[in-house]
Amino acid sequence: MTDLTDLTVADIRDGFRAGDFSAREVAEAFNANVAAAKALNAFIVETPEKALDAADAADKAKAAGETLGQLAGVPIGMKDLFCTQGVQTTAASHMLEGFVPTYESTVSGKLWAAGAGMLGKLNLDQFAMGSSNETSYYGNVISPWRRGGGDNAALAPGGSSGGSSSAIAARLCPAATGTDTGGSIRQPAAFTGISGIKPTYGRCSRWGIVAFASSLDQAGPMARTVRDNAILLEVMSGFDPKDSTSLDLPVPQWEANLSSDLKGKKVGIPKEYRPEGLDPEISALWDRGIEWLRDAGAEVVDVSLPHTQYALPTYYIIAPAEASSNLARYDGVRYGQRDLPDGAGLQDMYAATRAAGFGPEVKRRIMIGTYVLSAGFYDAYYTQAQKVRALIARDFELAFEKCDLLLTPTAPSASFALGEKQADPLAMYLNDVFTVPASLAGLPAMAVPGGLDSAGLPIGLQIIGKALDEQTVLNASLALEERAGFTARPDKWW
Amino acid sequence: MTESTYRIQGATGEWEVVIGLEVHAQVTSNAKLFSGAATAFGAEPNTQVSLVDAAMPGMLPVPNRECIRQAVRTGMAIDAQINKWSRFDRKNYFYADLPQGYQISQLYHPIVGEGAIDIVLDEKNPETSTKRIGVERIHVEQDAGKLMHDQHPTSSYVDLNRSGVALMEIVSKPDMRSPAEAGAYLSKLRTILRYVGSCDGNMDQGSMRADVNVSVRRPGEPFGTRTETKNVNSVRFVMAVVEHEASRQVDVLEAGGKVVQETRLYDPDRNETRSMRSKEDAHDYRYFPDPDLLPLELDEAFLKECRQSLPELPDAKRARYVNDLGLSAYNATTLTADADTARWFEALLAEGARIQKKSEGEVAKASANWLLSELYGALNRLGKSLEESPVGPEEGAELLALVADGTISGTIAKQVFEIMLETGARAPAIVEEKGLKQTSDTGAIEAAVAKVLADNADKVAQYKGGKEALFGFFVGQTMKAMQGKANPQVVNEMVKKGLAG
Repeated sequence: MTDLTDLTVADIRDGFRAGDFSAREVAEAFNANVAAAKALNAFIVETPEKALDAADAADKAKAAGETLGQLAGVPIGMKDLFCTQGVQTTAASHMLEGFVPTYESTVSGKLWAAGAGMLGKLNLDQFAMGSSNETSYYGNVISPWRRGGGDNAALAPGGSSGGSSSAIAARLCPAATGTDTGGSIRQPAAFTGISGIKPTYGRCSRWGIVAFASSLDQAGPMARTVRDNAILLEVMSGFDPKDSTSLDLPVPQWEANLSSDLKGKKVGIPKEYRPEGLDPEISALWDRGIEWLRDAGAEVVDVSLPHTQYALPTYYIIAPAEASSNLARYDGVRYGQRDLPDGAGLQDMYAATRAAGFGPEVKRRIMIGTYVLSAGFYDAYYTQAQKVRALIARDFELAFEKCDLLLTPTAPSASFALGEKQADPLAMYLNDVFTVPASLAGLPAMAVPGGLDSAGLPIGLQIIGKALDEQTVLNASLALEERAGFTARPDKWW
Repeated sequence: MTESTYRIQGATGEWEVVIGLEVHAQVTSNAKLFSGAATAFGAEPNTQVSLVDAAMPGMLPVPNRECIRQAVRTGMAIDAQINKWSRFDRKNYFYADLPQGYQISQLYHPIVGEGAIDIVLDEKNPETSTKRIGVERIHVEQDAGKLMHDQHPTSSYVDLNRSGVALMEIVSKPDMRSPAEAGAYLSKLRTILRYVGSCDGNMDQGSMRADVNVSVRRPGEPFGTRTETKNVNSVRFVMAVVEHEASRQVDVLEAGGKVVQETRLYDPDRNETRSMRSKEDAHDYRYFPDPDLLPLELDEAFLKECRQSLPELPDAKRARYVNDLGLSAYNATTLTADADTARWFEALLAEGARIQKKSEGEVAKASANWLLSELYGALNRLGKSLEESPVGPEEGAELLALVADGTISGTIAKQVFEIMLETGARAPAIVEEKGLKQTSDTGAIEAAVAKVLADNADKVAQYKGGKEALFGFFVGQTMKAMQGKANPQVVNEMVKKGLAG
């Protein structure tokens, strides 16, 4: 019998319905993998009983002949940025250690309502700030992948959704939630040989997700196949009156409309994404991707996104500015960490609490954000960044007059060793260079694995689509997936 | 329009005071500005708090349509520019009563732009004493919670009931020049808010409070440096702050010092203001557009509904009372100064016109006089407000109708009103039961007059000798003999006739 943990979400959903196995068998299999993978440090909290409860409910519903939810029988991992009722939610920070929400985020609530079960809360970069998972207070997640040739260096699973990517690649869960502010779904997906989609800004409610940068944060699914992403995204999306930026639009039937036939579609290749000195292996994969899409029937055109080089600095002004304000609520007054030295006044309590509760990267971004919003600097930084952001969005609009989607690399390199870039924040920030522009423009973008590099590590491709056109993004990703035939998986060492 | 002549006489000459007010008015709404939590005053601490108000992780603000509507209606009531496109900004600072670490406000793009309020400085002569005070803007923002320092020996407690409550900040131009003008502006603003129904105006409950900006200058010179006295919560205190702060500044300047731009606090017990923080310690609020909220766009249908739902406003009402109802300027001003009074008066008027089958104009004067003297006098005595009046507009109209149709005299009406106040009985029943109907029975009156004249033959002689002032004496004696129930006009005629005989 096949190992249940090798199945995709679609396989599990359909096999459970067909009676090939029970939901409980699936949950037990994944619970066992989770329990045996402590070395990856992918989970902050494991909730095997939640997975079993949902599985039992699914089995019971099936036995009773009741209508089954879209994800009945499917256990998933939940990034620990989503508030989960009755289950500790930390955003991988010391600040929120022990915080147990009395409420459920809209997106996680939709997943549970569809019958999914929770395997646990997945580790991440602290407050979703990071590209390697090294900023987590609970220790870095380790990628299940290793370089070939006996190199046993622990590698980064990407970030911030590194717990999600690592767990999926290691078959600890068939799918997981992620959030993406500047690439936090796509870059870890690329690092671990899985796929993940950041939908159009506003598709998924942000209500109940610990905020990093409100104008950029978007939830999305991560899984091993494009189809699985479509299945999850359909459940996670939808208008939420509790989020003023939520899109009041019906959710399309993405899975039912999946098609890798790209006849009549034009694929734009933005020349600015091939800078001087781009890793030749990434460059070569990109060229293969172009051929794959052409093979799927698409016409390939060259396009220009002239403001691309300003995207990263723009992002690193806007995101920290919003974060500095969003994280002001962690003050030790009402919940979470409180440090109250003897004889301390209110200001002392703030200082002590925030000094102890936030990690260095979070502090760095709060300070950057505070600085760029300060009187005298606001116009030079924040106002200017907003203007550039509008230009970047306009670049995409103009490009989409000539094409229907864009193909780019996801990240400028394959995974790197933990510790390798920690000392240089700027080198770390460069990981997001290809993912940040679509975030600034609020566009749907997906990462799909394209192959392995010469060191045996996954490298990926990115599809960027027009606003609200997740279908084309998914379809083009499916075309890549079919042609890349990516079946590699990490050898189990954990 | 009028110019103020208010001056402070300093040792070195005259000073003019310049005043601007920033009024925070709590929007009347069942729910907070960005959450569904209730807003009841005086509730147990932390019982009116939603997850959003407590700034729990992942919580998001959603604008409350009713709060926006009330701000727009208020703007329309002061003839202000309504900005169809406005935006919310975050004002960032740390304090224990501010759970989010920022207040959602509107700095760059307020919902209401420039408008104006006309104040009247002499209610008896409104035409010659009206002054227009400019309003710079109205924006909506969240209120903060409250710290309680008296609950624990070493800690402060936080009550978040007010956290997130919707406020309108109504910012005047520096157009006021005396304590009286500041007081009149605040009173008039409160009147307008109450008419519109956008704020209950209860200053003692904190629904309305003012930041008072004061500076002084030599008449005609540029503005001086101002101070801002925060959270002043009555009209009287605002006037006291202006007076105190202006003379303090004059003292400073005349002693060769400089006025420091600073925030001050008013201590009503000592009637003085104290420095709270200077410009140097001023926060850098790091305002920026709230990324959790989209810009606010108002469509025509919404604006139309706001406009159509506005009641007749105090200035229009006062003009109508004078021009259409024939009331004196003073009475019209007094009756329209408060929305509840005007509502009461109009109910009295409508009922009076209905019972007496007359126009409202025909019953207006008697109604106004009775309300402002008899009813207000009685309520003052009883220590009750108009809403608590034991006699309602319908009952009042019945009483006035009995006077108007000659059933009872004005004197008897006063007695009947007293009985109404005491027993709650209605005027017609009291008149019937106590037999207070006035008589026009000429025979009975004639007999009474004859008796009075006979009993006072000496005074009759004096009258005939030229002491005509005694006429009133005979009328009074006759009325007394008739127990006040005689029709005064008939009595007059009969006395005249008797004396002529």
